[in-house]
Amino acid sequence: MIESHIPALIAFNYLAFAVLITLLGVWKRQLCQPLAVLGAGISSLMSIYGFITYINGGGILRYYFGGWEPPVGIEFVYDGLSAFFVLVINCIAFLVLLHSYQISKREFPYKRMAYYSLAMLMMLGFNGMVLTGDLFNLYVFLEISSLSSYALISNGDKPAPVAAFRYLIVGTIGGTLYLLGVGFLYTVTGTLNIIDMMALLPSYTGNTAVIAASLLMVTGIGVKAALFPMHGWLPDSYTFANSTSSTLIAPIGTKVAAYVLVRVILFLFGIELLDQAIPLTTILGTLAAAGILYGSIMAIAQTEMKKMLAYSSISQIGYIILGISLGNLFGFIGAILHVLNHAVMKACLFMTAGNLRMKEGHSDIRLFDDSYRKKYPWTMFAFSTAAISMVGLPPLAGFFSKWYLALGTIEAGNWIFLAVILISSLLNAVYFFRILEKVYMKNPEVENEPETEPKPVVNNEGSFSMLLPTTVLAIALFLIGLLNVAIVVAITNMYPL
Amino acid sequence: MTDFILGHYAYWMTVLLLCIGLYGILMKKNLVKKTIGLSIIQISVILFFVSVASKWEATVPVLDPALPTSDVSAYLNPLPHTLMLTAIVVGVATLGVAFSLLIAIYRRYKTLDEEEILNQIND
Repeated sequence: MIESHIPALIAFNYLAFAVLITLLGVWKRQLCQPLAVLGAGISSLMSIYGFITYINGGGILRYYFGGWEPPVGIEFVYDGLSAFFVLVINCIAFLVLLHSYQISKREFPYKRMAYYSLAMLMMLGFNGMVLTGDLFNLYVFLEISSLSSYALISNGDKPAPVAAFRYLIVGTIGGTLYLLGVGFLYTVTGTLNIIDMMALLPSYTGNTAVIAASLLMVTGIGVKAALFPMHGWLPDSYTFANSTSSTLIAPIGTKVAAYVLVRVILFLFGIELLDQAIPLTTILGTLAAAGILYGSIMAIAQTEMKKMLAYSSISQIGYIILGISLGNLFGFIGAILHVLNHAVMKACLFMTAGNLRMKEGHSDIRLFDDSYRKKYPWTMFAFSTAAISMVGLPPLAGFFSKWYLALGTIEAGNWIFLAVILISSLLNAVYFFRILEKVYMKNPEVENEPETEPKPVVNNEGSFSMLLPTTVLAIALFLIGLLNVAIVVAITNMYPL
Repeated sequence: MTDFILGHYAYWMTVLLLCIGLYGILMKKNLVKKTIGLSIIQISVILFFVSVASKWEATVPVLDPALPTSDVSAYLNPLPHTLMLTAIVVGVATLGVAFSLLIAIYRRYKTLDEEEILNQIND
């Protein structure tokens, strides 16, 4: 009974909690964060249950709203790909919201009600984007998630509203271009349902409106995914937003946009239809490769840890889009596996940045030294694990997605992309080992006052609610690495061709 | 060629509006003017959808006993209009968020000029 309603329940559970937080938050502000954790927890449990049901032969679930069958009505499609993505984003959101307890009390104590309500709405938007089977409905959920994320980003340091406003301008242009593309497709095919349109589109090969629509939609979603020349909004947004906002949006936001790209490129149009007039997938791959190198090089130049992680995000989203654009099975496996790995790694890294900001008041790499390792043993364990995984050393998770991406480039015979992936791993090593070197080797500067004894360093870790999610994510990286065969088998079954 | 231009004049106007909006966003330094440009872009897409749905010698999609339901070509397609109702709501919400951000920016920097704000951030 409940199984058939799971797609709608996962998404609209967040809407119920958004209202509930607003109502109870007026009465008691302290209730907001536990309620948000509860909401994300319920959705995570349902998505875990739904994913297990799907893996055990549950098959594709199509949920018709109001009983109206598509193409007339709107449907949610719960197939392998969306089940996987919903699982990833809900579990990450649950851990991030759990982690936010101390940060919210310190950084925005009087805005908790609005903040958590908006966070729930953003998760509703992201879940809706992943689950929906209707192109226009996807636009609506895209705007729900975007509008809430602008508000979440604007809560932070002094320049945060400026960063949020720039994101709003760029993001809205992206959304509008996507809508225009949907309009073109609607005038040609007369339907908005994705499954319906997949069947109709091959008969329109050579239609100029379809070509224009594919360009507009890929560009519009590319803005949201921070594809290389359209990444300008990302570094400032992630840097100036408060720790919780950046931890919540960095692992989830661009991944959902990458999911829409997978849907549009591999499922809706298909590689042949996209490449009929201009080699769009080659252009996408080249831009992604340029973004990988650009993001890595810019990350090396940063001294602020959050900004470094933001540029690293641009580089990592490049891997995902590169994998999609290859158009073969290994590239697909690498891209989807990298979505999971990068979500876990980036959430873990931003959490360590949040822990440091909470306790030290800054996350400036130049000030790191040996004492941080003794003061924050668990945070630094998590940071080291995630950093080494980002570089891609087995048996951590990051190695396997890069391995499959490399296999994909070899199968496509594209040696330049292979070189880009390998060079970028080296660049990753440069900017992460720079921090690891400071944390594990550099002695605190005590020569200023040589007569006094160096201050005894004591364990100064944050509270349990901050350490638990950070450590869980770090351990998850080992588990994903060791269990990668099972995950890869599941991803292989999602491949559309 | 003339047919190509005159026959699609509604679409040319849409494209013109889109370009005006983009010009406003790219070239104007004042953040309010950028917001206006953003609004123009959204409106151009709304007008595109509405003009797609327009049809000569057809009536509103309300059942008329004089017109047989077997031939639906006498009725307009109502779907693009209903889609655009949602898109207008999205546009209004976007404007609301944009203006509240502008108020927050003005309170912190006492100006809405992009270059001055960037100068103040970089100082």
